[in-house]
Amino acid sequence: MSTLQQPAGPPALTGPVPFLSKLHQWVATTDHKRLGVMYVTCGIVYLIIAGLEATMMRWQLAWPGQTVLTPDEFNRLFTMHGTTMVFFVGMPILFGTANFLIPLMIGARDLAFPRLNAFGFWLFLFGSILLYFSYFGGQGLYGMGSAPDVGWFAYAPLTERTFSRGHSTDYWILGIFVASIGSTLTAINLIATILGMRCRGMTLMKMPLLVWMMLVDCLLVVVALPPLAAAQIMLIFDRLLGAHFFDTQAGGSAILWQNLFWFFGHPEVYILILPAFAFVSEIIPVFSRKVIFGYPLMVAASVAIGFISVGVWAHHMFAVGMSPMINAIFMGSTMLVGVPTGIKMFNWVATMIGGKIRFDTPMLFSTGFLCQFLLAGLSGIWLATVPFDWAVSDSYFVVGHFHYVLFGGLLFAIMAAIYFWFPKVTGRMMNETLGKWQFWILIIGFNLTFGPMHVSGMLGMPRRIYTYHEDRGWELWNLLSSIGVAFQLVAFSLFAMNLLHSCFKGRRAGDDPWDAWTLEWSTTSPPPDYNFAEEPVVHSRRPLWDLKHPEDPDWKYE
Amino acid sequence: MVQFGCVNWSAGVLATAAPVCEPTGAMQPSMFNPAGAPAETILSITWLLVVICGAIAIVMFALIAYAAIRCRQTKGNDREPAQVYGSNPIELAWTVIPLLIVFLLFMVSARGIFDLQRSTPPDGALEVTVTGHRWWWEFDYGDLGVVTAGELHVPIDDGKPADLFLTLHSADVNHSFWVPQLGGKMDVIPNHTNYLWLQSNRTGTFVGQCAEYCGNQHANMLITVIVEPRADFEAWVANQQRDAVESDAVKAGHDIFLSTACINCHTVRGTVANGTFAPDLTHIMSRTTIGSGVVRNTPDMLREWVWDPQNIKPGCDMPSMKLTRDEVDLVCAYLETLK
Amino acid sequence: MTTAPTNAGALTPPPALPQDGIMNGKIGILLMITSEIAFFGTLISAYLFYIGRDINPPYAQDVLEVSIAPFKVLFNSVFLLISSVWIVLAVKAMRKGRMGAFIFWWALTVVCGAEFLVGTGMEWYGLIVVDGVWMGTNLFGSCFYTLVGFHAFHVTMGLLVLTMILILAIIGRLHPRTVEKVDLVSWYWHFVDGIWIVVFFVVYIFGNWPVK
Repeated sequence: MSTLQQPAGPPALTGPVPFLSKLHQWVATTDHKRLGVMYVTCGIVYLIIAGLEATMMRWQLAWPGQTVLTPDEFNRLFTMHGTTMVFFVGMPILFGTANFLIPLMIGARDLAFPRLNAFGFWLFLFGSILLYFSYFGGQGLYGMGSAPDVGWFAYAPLTERTFSRGHSTDYWILGIFVASIGSTLTAINLIATILGMRCRGMTLMKMPLLVWMMLVDCLLVVVALPPLAAAQIMLIFDRLLGAHFFDTQAGGSAILWQNLFWFFGHPEVYILILPAFAFVSEIIPVFSRKVIFGYPLMVAASVAIGFISVGVWAHHMFAVGMSPMINAIFMGSTMLVGVPTGIKMFNWVATMIGGKIRFDTPMLFSTGFLCQFLLAGLSGIWLATVPFDWAVSDSYFVVGHFHYVLFGGLLFAIMAAIYFWFPKVTGRMMNETLGKWQFWILIIGFNLTFGPMHVSGMLGMPRRIYTYHEDRGWELWNLLSSIGVAFQLVAFSLFAMNLLHSCFKGRRAGDDPWDAWTLEWSTTSPPPDYNFAEEPVVHSRRPLWDLKHPEDPDWKYE
Repeated sequence: MVQFGCVNWSAGVLATAAPVCEPTGAMQPSMFNPAGAPAETILSITWLLVVICGAIAIVMFALIAYAAIRCRQTKGNDREPAQVYGSNPIELAWTVIPLLIVFLLFMVSARGIFDLQRSTPPDGALEVTVTGHRWWWEFDYGDLGVVTAGELHVPIDDGKPADLFLTLHSADVNHSFWVPQLGGKMDVIPNHTNYLWLQSNRTGTFVGQCAEYCGNQHANMLITVIVEPRADFEAWVANQQRDAVESDAVKAGHDIFLSTACINCHTVRGTVANGTFAPDLTHIMSRTTIGSGVVRNTPDMLREWVWDPQNIKPGCDMPSMKLTRDEVDLVCAYLETLK
Repeated sequence: MTTAPTNAGALTPPPALPQDGIMNGKIGILLMITSEIAFFGTLISAYLFYIGRDINPPYAQDVLEVSIAPFKVLFNSVFLLISSVWIVLAVKAMRKGRMGAFIFWWALTVVCGAEFLVGTGMEWYGLIVVDGVWMGTNLFGSCFYTLVGFHAFHVTMGLLVLTMILILAIIGRLHPRTVEKVDLVSWYWHFVDGIWIVVFFVVYIFGNWPVK
């Protein structure tokens, strides 16, 4: 008797649960599923906040010379938008989905350290609130209070006390510092879980690809976040204790900050995108009805990306005046890291070809991901080419590039993941019609906003400017970008409506609404607290395929 | 220099309006309208990127479209398709081919790096020391004894391109010097000297601006480069080398200027004003813009600026000196003699 | 999924990983140490970068003394490093269930660690009050206090945990079956010592050349 078919669990609690008890269950939880939901919910809330910040910026930039926002307000908005999206949307969604899915996918009961898991979540939440408190407390309440306005990568010496008065930069440092400790602890937790708690039969090469990519991702977090913490400590010592790490008048180095920040910052963007790869690697096979093409190469490519990504950071500094030899070396390593990334694209497309594709909403978003991430990767190759980078670094071309990566790539994959796993989390399906409308409106809005940015960048428009002169040739492209925001607002409203409505009134999903193949689909939707009544035993990478196709199981071919 | 030709048509395609539109008569700062060898090299490499990445994109989009159109599940056909677990030859091919492409791209581009990045000036280049301030550019022509702000003048001889070699310093935070038509950008870092080689092969006015976020008015830290025939350049230099001319007609304004705190920040050579914190005003009327490009240098704008710079460039370091409108008129009448 | 599922023909999978939490703990501590190495690596890189770049004295060579006299840095280092030996002996004793010996060696570890902190404090007193070097004095001051200070902070945290374990053992609440967990704490202590070796060489030898 296969242990994959889970026996029915104990009867559900009857009678209404008092509100305070319900609240306590959530606030005091150490259960990976609840923490996962909390992480993702907070991530979506911050996504909306940061999206509104961006909306205001695009309103200001729709025409030249506008005075909708003062320079200070604009500068704070782009700083908070970037910081929020990277640290308070990307990271919690990474850890939230990993939290929810990984134990279920490897047949475990919970994470290795459940209480540490909860601690990490609360550190994230309070760190993010601390940063947003800066809107009130940044200059002291007797001043006007202000959020940081130094950019999400906070270059020194702009962040020194001389040039950043008040405490806004201190909030930037401390908010992220606190949240990053949570991230590092959660990453350690996830790695220990993946390495130590896989069910019987699940060797490393029989784990779902999502688990592999989250493993590489968490290893990157462990290695990349502490250098940021160290750099931030140096900066806050400069600001509050009179140290001189980045004080150029005392011999300190502005370039040291850039090196330390980007040593964290570049792996960080791979940390952000690897979950997208993870989601899509699970979703595309299910909707193409085919096994992923080339699993071992996908694993090798993910590990290669992890290793190489730690050696490319100075490609953010090509215009800083490093020697030609150093520029060339980093150009080489950056171009090199594009190869394993490209390989994964080929494997995904090869999975689709020859399949029998069902274009439900998750697959629509995954296909959108493929198209947009392709453009993102190619524009990245352009930026890796140093002479071209000298032309467009710090311009809107870069803004276009990384939004294609993080919005067209990561966010579309997150949408695919939400539509795919929402039934498992809540036991209800999301509305397909709303989902399709959301997809098509969003793809138009996204491309309308960020496509023209490549052009305005090549036409000389630098980034982080609160306004621009007419007749520089940038008006059309900025107007198009701002019009795209209108479409995005509609799409995100549809998403919010769909999410909220489906939570309460969505069609009941069964255990396995998509006819998928990994272990999480063998339990109920939502899973019981203990996940699996009996520990599963697996023989291949697609345990449910083996069950559903006993005449042609995977373990004969792997 | 690799020449792929096709430089001018792209400017027409991608420029959104007729080229001459900046109030100063400048070209739009498009990298598709290069005016010298560094910018042309960059554009050539860009075309190589367009070709390679364009080919990759076309192939991939075609494959995705094929899958989306021809590999769909049709009604009634519920059997699972053939499960293909991988293919060693195919996977090897799509590992090796990208590596080769990347290698080729690297070789071409590495050559470009070494060609463009110079730490010594080419022969005959005009050497200027640039200091980036929050939020204006200071230009020191060294031996010529000329110090100005906001606008850079470069001489060009017939038949030869004009080389410009900049030594870049910062007075405060990170900035970046960027004039797209004349070459790539180079960051301006405090306590760290950088060098930038720019070149123009024709006369004209080229614009750019600071490309590294430096605070409040980063958006208004503009650059204008005027490339002019050598005779015009020499005349300009001669004028810049003169001290300010004293004129009784504007004595009232001159007195206000000297007695208010203006002289603490600004220099007017030939008077006691010798502040170095702010732009040199000795020949302010020879510049086409005020405030490093934020507005044109017209009588009205000059008066608005002196009245309250915070109305034009909010957050900049020059405060309103709390003059009356009459005093402003007198001061501006004086400033207008500083040609 | 109504057919009786069968995996007939599949190879017997290997036995399941033991779920006693020991492997999880080892991986957890190793990863935490990795993250700390990344953290200290960054501080050390900054220190190395700034060697010789002060624009005003006092420089490292003027104020850093490498001496074996009591409570000077070499003396303190010996105490810290030998505490790693004592802690190994303590864990060995606990594995054999000999809690009396455990308490002895563990207490010795704590005492030696405490000596290191006392000695560091005395050295800092000299540097701050006598030599007038603090964070804002120059680059050396900023780098020295940050790097050595964070190391001392990690020693302090470790010492707190060691002391808690010592107290538990003394009052009889520490059972030998928890030896694997106590072993993990000793791994952290070894890391703190190992980092000190690197910090010592970077600060007191390499950055202090020629050494007085």
